[in-house]
Amino acid sequence: MKKIIALLRKDLLLEFRQQYSLYGILLYVASTVFVLYLAMGQPEDHVWNGLFWMIQLFICVNGVAKSFLQENRGRMLYYYSLSGARDFMLSKLLFNTLLMALLSVLCWLLFGLLLGNPVSNGWRFLGISIFGGFGLSLVFTFLSAIAARAQQNAAMMAILGFPLIITQLLMLMKLSNTAFSQVVQDSLLQMILLLAALDAGVVVLALILFPFLWKD
Amino acid sequence: MRLSWWKILCMVQLLTLAVVGIVGGVPAKPIINESIRNLYFHVSMWFAMMILFTVALVNAVKYLRTGKLKYDIYAVEYTNAGIVFCILGLVTGMIWANYTWGKPWSNDPKQTGAAIALLIYLAYLVLRGSLTDIDKRARVSAVYGIFAFFMLIPTLWVIPRLLESLHPGGMGNPAFNTKDADVRMRVVFWPLAVPGWTLLGVWITTLRIRIRILEEKKLQHA
Repeated sequence: MKKIIALLRKDLLLEFRQQYSLYGILLYVASTVFVLYLAMGQPEDHVWNGLFWMIQLFICVNGVAKSFLQENRGRMLYYYSLSGARDFMLSKLLFNTLLMALLSVLCWLLFGLLLGNPVSNGWRFLGISIFGGFGLSLVFTFLSAIAARAQQNAAMMAILGFPLIITQLLMLMKLSNTAFSQVVQDSLLQMILLLAALDAGVVVLALILFPFLWKD
Repeated sequence: MRLSWWKILCMVQLLTLAVVGIVGGVPAKPIINESIRNLYFHVSMWFAMMILFTVALVNAVKYLRTGKLKYDIYAVEYTNAGIVFCILGLVTGMIWANYTWGKPWSNDPKQTGAAIALLIYLAYLVLRGSLTDIDKRARVSAVYGIFAFFMLIPTLWVIPRLLESLHPGGMGNPAFNTKDADVRMRVVFWPLAVPGWTLLGVWITTLRIRIRILEEKKLQHA
């Protein structure tokens, strides 16, 4: 536990010291949404929702990808001697979910500012977008660990990740569609439980499988 | 000619299926009519695919536990055979849909699910292609294979149960409506079609595995 906190602190510190990468990803979010605004203006609810989740996906791929790609071999070996593979993975998962939560909020604010705000139940939408960002970041953290092992990392992330994430993304779109009206659907809880179970499964699998990736 | 009993069984099953599937009795249903015979091909190919992917998963786990390269070859060849059956299942389904739903592709949840499965496993092959070191390739692709199989479960087994669809067996069973087929069809489907296609998949796989192992030996002696 102590090791996990130490590793998490290290990631956070690194992020604050090398501010260019944090600002880089924030700027990425801002410029993507701005381009979208120039292209689309203020779209209908349906389109708005679809665009929001697509942008979330791209932010996640770009924001989370560097978590493993930035570590070089020597440093990996150093972490390995200091702490176990599982602690390392867990700290990365935690860090990326925090980062993604921040980016989700920012993304929503920018969407509201530029593309209009058709959401009638703001808190529910915010909750869903953070929850969804959480799930996306878990999957892509693990995939970036795989892609870091392969050549042409960045392209690999998209090839491996997009087919895997489609289902989750479709469910999230359906879920967030409910925030556009005040009506509560029965299937809401069922979907949330299903997604939560999926997230839990991803964490468990990542912790089981990561030690095999680590060895070299 | 060296033929194990199961290879003979496979041939007998598929040859009988070709005859009985065309001339055997089927219940008369509206819309679907005689195309119900596709059940013997389309549905049982999905069964075969799922079985082949599951065997590939087991071999991937075995590879990670033991580190023997032979299991990696098993895993990738079972996956290859599974992909072939996935494509066959999609194509037979699209032909069927063309006659019953009016067009081959209608973005039905079950069709998209099948397409996603195909994409995921093609990504597995691309990942393998991008790694050159044999041990690293085996380990990384085994890890991805296990992860992908897990992510596929909601796509193929959970979502189709929740969403409405044109495909039979909407709420409850993802594959087909058990009430649609009568006894005449069931005695062909279960003992002939499902094991027949699965055995054919295994047969293709074992041949390819033998070729791969021979190639490895040739490389070692070169």
